[in-house]
Amino acid sequence: MNNIFVYLEIEEGTVADVSQELLTKGRSLADQLGCQLEAIAAGADLDTVEKQVIPYGVDVLHIFRDKRLSPYTTLPHTSILVELFKQEKPQICLMGATIIGRDLGPRVSSALGSGLTADCTSLEIGNHEEKKAGKTYENLLYQIRPAFGGNIVAWIINPDHRPQMATVREGVMKKEILDPHYKGVVTEHPVNEYVKEADFVVAILDRHIEKSKVNIKNSPIIVSGGYGVGSKENFQLLYQLADVLGAEVGASRAAVDAGYAEHERQIGQTGVTVRPKVYIACGISGQIQHIAGMQDSSIIISINNDPNAPINTIADYVITGEIEKVIPKMIKYYRKNTK
Amino acid sequence: MALNIIVLAKQVPDTRNVGKDAMKADGTVNRAALPAIFNPEDLNALEQALGIKDRFPGSTITVLTMGPGRAADILREGLFRGADDGVLLTDRAFAGADTLATSYALAMAVRKIGKYDIIVSGRQAIDGDTAQVGPQVAEKLGIPQITYAEDIEKISKGKVRIKRRLENGVEVVECPLPLLVTVNGSARTCRPRNAKLLQKYKHAKTITERQVENLDYIDIYSSRPYLNLTEWSVADVEADPVQCGLSGSPTKVKKIENVVFQAKESKQLTDNDMEIDELLRELIENHTIG
Repeated sequence: MNNIFVYLEIEEGTVADVSQELLTKGRSLADQLGCQLEAIAAGADLDTVEKQVIPYGVDVLHIFRDKRLSPYTTLPHTSILVELFKQEKPQICLMGATIIGRDLGPRVSSALGSGLTADCTSLEIGNHEEKKAGKTYENLLYQIRPAFGGNIVAWIINPDHRPQMATVREGVMKKEILDPHYKGVVTEHPVNEYVKEADFVVAILDRHIEKSKVNIKNSPIIVSGGYGVGSKENFQLLYQLADVLGAEVGASRAAVDAGYAEHERQIGQTGVTVRPKVYIACGISGQIQHIAGMQDSSIIISINNDPNAPINTIADYVITGEIEKVIPKMIKYYRKNTK
Repeated sequence: MALNIIVLAKQVPDTRNVGKDAMKADGTVNRAALPAIFNPEDLNALEQALGIKDRFPGSTITVLTMGPGRAADILREGLFRGADDGVLLTDRAFAGADTLATSYALAMAVRKIGKYDIIVSGRQAIDGDTAQVGPQVAEKLGIPQITYAEDIEKISKGKVRIKRRLENGVEVVECPLPLLVTVNGSARTCRPRNAKLLQKYKHAKTITERQVENLDYIDIYSSRPYLNLTEWSVADVEADPVQCGLSGSPTKVKKIENVVFQAKESKQLTDNDMEIDELLRELIENHTIG
């Protein structure tokens, strides 16, 4: 009772990275709170899930095995979480801020009347004093996220409702195996006691998964552009630089919104979080939303015609100048001096 | 077959242009200090509704929004683009609502509207980016939801076929009516305002707007009932005030921080050849690149 639950996203038997990252975060929160970490797997092909997740320090794995639960549809997965949570009364529930997590989370939170915070970039445990009521809440989950277009950071709490629910994007937390021989309990639940026939109203007629062509998350070098790049044509300069450096091209939300780059290249709170060896920020002013997704890069180079761009404060190298001039020079030198 | 469609729309501050006075001391948004726009993905949702109306003449579209008085702009914008009716849900008691309290109020208003086959809304609003209100309204109404929709492809025999976005791909699903659909920004963009509709509806007002503006051509509102925009309070939709606004919100803002970056000592360069060459030489030499 009153443990931390992580909803596992599973595609073809494999637990998603984001779920593994949340297990690591969940484990550390559970240690702080002195409670257990539990995970929920609902789907068809679940044979190896135990092996995949227990080593993250999962104390209890709840299995819901049924062909009809895969691929994911909203209502049956909602019923499972709602019924399970009524019995188990978790204090915290974490999900990936993915298309599935952002479909399922709000539905579950509405059914349970509990609060949900989307796209958190940090989760901490702490107390809260309600001065007016003279009440102190201990060990709440601080759900920390940039808000309002990334202009501020908000600390959200759910003082009176449980579970405290939060979604987190892939790559924000780090995954780390706790102990390959960790001992956890596996509980198989009878699906029919949780799910009604009427939950299966949505039929999936066709499903088409493309392997993403863009792999910015694992690229050691990223050339990233913002609104300051100015046009889709100028963005080609970034591709040229990326090409010679063996890098991937990323973009800020403003650049994506302006149509300079595809959405899958977006770096930041509502995009991908990256930790490359080198991050070359071109024409990026550096809203917190963006910074949240790249601040752990080892070396940050900012190219901007505005010497006061906020991103410059976290950059190791600041080049004040026009990208149209700077990038071709970088390409030229690199070509001449490497094989 | 004529369908009753409700579009949930939100007037949002244009978060791309936020000044310093944007936040109030209690951590909620000071909307009055910002330019207000029709939430972009709600326009994608409106277009999906208009597409259904094109295919099924006689269908009606009601735009429902919750917000302060000036959110009536959203309703007029909807009418200019082809909606039939607008409802503004406005009351001090709604203020400070999180997504759960918002969805409760909207669900009560939908119940008051009564007949509906499809509810559409944008995937998320640009001020909160939560994507929660749509699914929460669906849950409160006890109807299925299809999120991240790109196209409502077909409606026949009481079933809707929808193409929706996945993390790395697309999915085509079928769902019986009634249902709630949230529409992704990758769906087709909304048609522009229609000049005739703009003429027809430019004086459409809520009762409060008419009182505040003290309109002297008030007669037209009785002779042209379509100019009356519906305005509902907490009491009008028979909502429980405790479940609305700040009191109905399980999430609270503990604090708001201005963003302070951990400043690093950075090397400052200009764009002259020597300095850039020197930087690259250094990065190649220490195997950072190359």
